[in-house]
Amino acid sequence: MSSNDMTPSQVIPPTTDLAQIYAGKCLLRNEIMLDNIQFEVLLNQGIFKPLPSFHRKFLWHQCNRCGNDKASLLGTIPCARCHTSHLYCRKCIEMGRVMTCEPLYAWAGPDPIWPCHLQPCTWEGQLTSAQQQGASCVADAITQGRSELLVWAVCGAGKTEMLFQGITEALKQGKRICIATPRADVVRELKPRMQRAFKGVSIQALFGGSAERDGTAQLIIATTHQLLRFQKAFDVMIIDEVDAFPFHADPSLPFATYRAKKTLGTTIYLTATPRKQQRNRIKRQKLPHVFIPNRYHGHPLPVPQMRMTRTLAKALRAYYLPDSCITWLKKRQNPQRQLLIFIPEIALAKQLLTPLAKTLITERVIEDVDSVSYVHAHDPERLEKVKQFRQKELSVLLTTTILERGVTFPSVDVIVLNAGHDIFDEAALVQISGRAGRSADDPTGEVVFFHDGKTEAMMQAIKQIKMMNERGGF
Amino acid sequence: MAICLWCDCDIVPHITWPSLFSPEKPTRLCQACTYRLYKLQGPRCRICSRETEESTCHDCAWWAQYFNNEDVLAFNYAIYLYNDHMKDIITKWKYRGDYVLGHMFADVFYETFQRVFSNLKEEVLVVPIPLSDERLAERGFNQAEMLAHFLCEQPSSFVERVQGEKQSKKTRQERILSKNHFKIKKRINKPVILVDDIYTTGATLRHVAVQLRKNGCPKVYGFTLARG
Ligand SMILES: [Zn+2]
Ligand SMILES: [Zn+2]
Ligand SMILES: [Zn+2]
Repeated sequence: MSSNDMTPSQVIPPTTDLAQIYAGKCLLRNEIMLDNIQFEVLLNQGIFKPLPSFHRKFLWHQCNRCGNDKASLLGTIPCARCHTSHLYCRKCIEMGRVMTCEPLYAWAGPDPIWPCHLQPCTWEGQLTSAQQQGASCVADAITQGRSELLVWAVCGAGKTEMLFQGITEALKQGKRICIATPRADVVRELKPRMQRAFKGVSIQALFGGSAERDGTAQLIIATTHQLLRFQKAFDVMIIDEVDAFPFHADPSLPFATYRAKKTLGTTIYLTATPRKQQRNRIKRQKLPHVFIPNRYHGHPLPVPQMRMTRTLAKALRAYYLPDSCITWLKKRQNPQRQLLIFIPEIALAKQLLTPLAKTLITERVIEDVDSVSYVHAHDPERLEKVKQFRQKELSVLLTTTILERGVTFPSVDVIVLNAGHDIFDEAALVQISGRAGRSADDPTGEVVFFHDGKTEAMMQAIKQIKMMNERGGF
Repeated sequence: MAICLWCDCDIVPHITWPSLFSPEKPTRLCQACTYRLYKLQGPRCRICSRETEESTCHDCAWWAQYFNNEDVLAFNYAIYLYNDHMKDIITKWKYRGDYVLGHMFADVFYETFQRVFSNLKEEVLVVPIPLSDERLAERGFNQAEMLAHFLCEQPSSFVERVQGEKQSKKTRQERILSKNHFKIKKRINKPVILVDDIYTTGATLRHVAVQLRKNGCPKVYGFTLARG
């Protein structure tokens, strides 16, 4: 800026522009891109409102950005600026340090105006009748401004398409929408699909390390973690995989999604495997829900088989494939299918890889060792390997529970080695089983649990799958 | 039950016979997080602590030559290798500003200091590498000062960093020859141990050392948490 500038109050952008950026957020001073003079003016006008960064709860404190109140995640720092000690939040520190001497700022100016779209939906596909039922319920909940709806749709029901009608209605009314999901991979995958379905709508994807950061679009797709910067921003909050780890384990994520929606906003929960707490609320009729037991292609869910394998522990300790597995391999219904092998630990994957490849070559499942690989949550090549498997450059993929949900392969058989392990709870086993038979071209697929003792989780998972098939009319 | 400062897991106490009789100090890291830190242990460069078979590494030989065979830094003792785990910890501690993470180093920093520097007969001054006022205001604390406080009650503060441009854009040569950003506020007649978190090129420590020597300091040592 040159020196013959305007006075500071004149350089302040119009509040309508600022509202698009800052309304519905809860930010640290250094996240607000205004200089001190501009900011002072807006603060004095009451357009930004300071909020205390911590909230006192009886004997302890809670971070007002992330809701953390765990003592080990609240630190004390001698502040060089104030020459006293302050409380700071360790939990959300990656997003900038929240400490007592610095308030959080919320927008208190005029509400932003989001465009009312006449015909926002550019998706031309057709919903199945089961999908249509779900879509109508979602749309009704949104247009009637209900507070909650849980969509319980089996794996492969095509839940993303079920959202289009509701999102369309919301956009027509000039509402702001958020789709929150626990996994960054899902955010990445969802964005282009949404962009194709709503071509004229501003859409942003927010996840750790995403190029888009400011969160100023009408439709936001974000990891639940990124929602910590929002407050009363969304009319419609869609929470994907509401039962998934870490959403289900980390209390700050429900806190964030709850705070990010407007007080009178609508929350839509999507899940294939509701947790006990949600099922209880459904049972007591405290949570409106719609149940979609049919897959989009109209075929039933593959029911897992259990294979008792006494030598399992011994085989896995010595890193070879148990005999029962080999027997099953020889008799697969369709040897053309790719094979997804779930194992409880990464360590096992590394050790099992080479012996497994050799066995598979002997059994003529694959031709060379390069057709097998493994993935886990911290694998930097995870996305690449999943892509290779999807493009059939890999025939067999060993995986930890990281691939239990959110990924779709057209034609796979699924086996779980040591299905009795604690990590495979009921929801995980239902999700894993849901990887098979996903395409209309190959709507079946074998799912086998290799175990050395049935667990409650295995039996409940099978019971749940059979129940869903029954309710789906099979 | 203690909780790991890094991963926030519960630390399962490790009970051995000796520990039953003389309880160990509470650990701040769980076993898994401790294992991922690598203590420099093999033969090391006697000047900078880098692990090497040579008694003086290539870089330190270069420094010696640069100062006409009288390196301004007697030696620098570093405890850990600056591996990925250490890098993650230091980034979160110093740049994100998770102050309490520094506590995990309190005991090891003090104990190593006693072992390495106890043979210095005379009184020495412990001096943390200062931050500029701007950085200090931004971060709220100086990580080197936190480390120095593990060693003594009152670390000396007669070194000052005067405002300067960021270092990283220059080549090594330019960086060394560029303007010295440190100022000494008084004359010193005692040896000094400079404390910092990482020794990377050794340029920062030597910048301060040059100024200290000009102001009468007879000998300058370095003591850092990690060797980059
Ligand atoms: Zn927090
Ligand atoms: Zn730990
Ligand atoms: Zn050296």
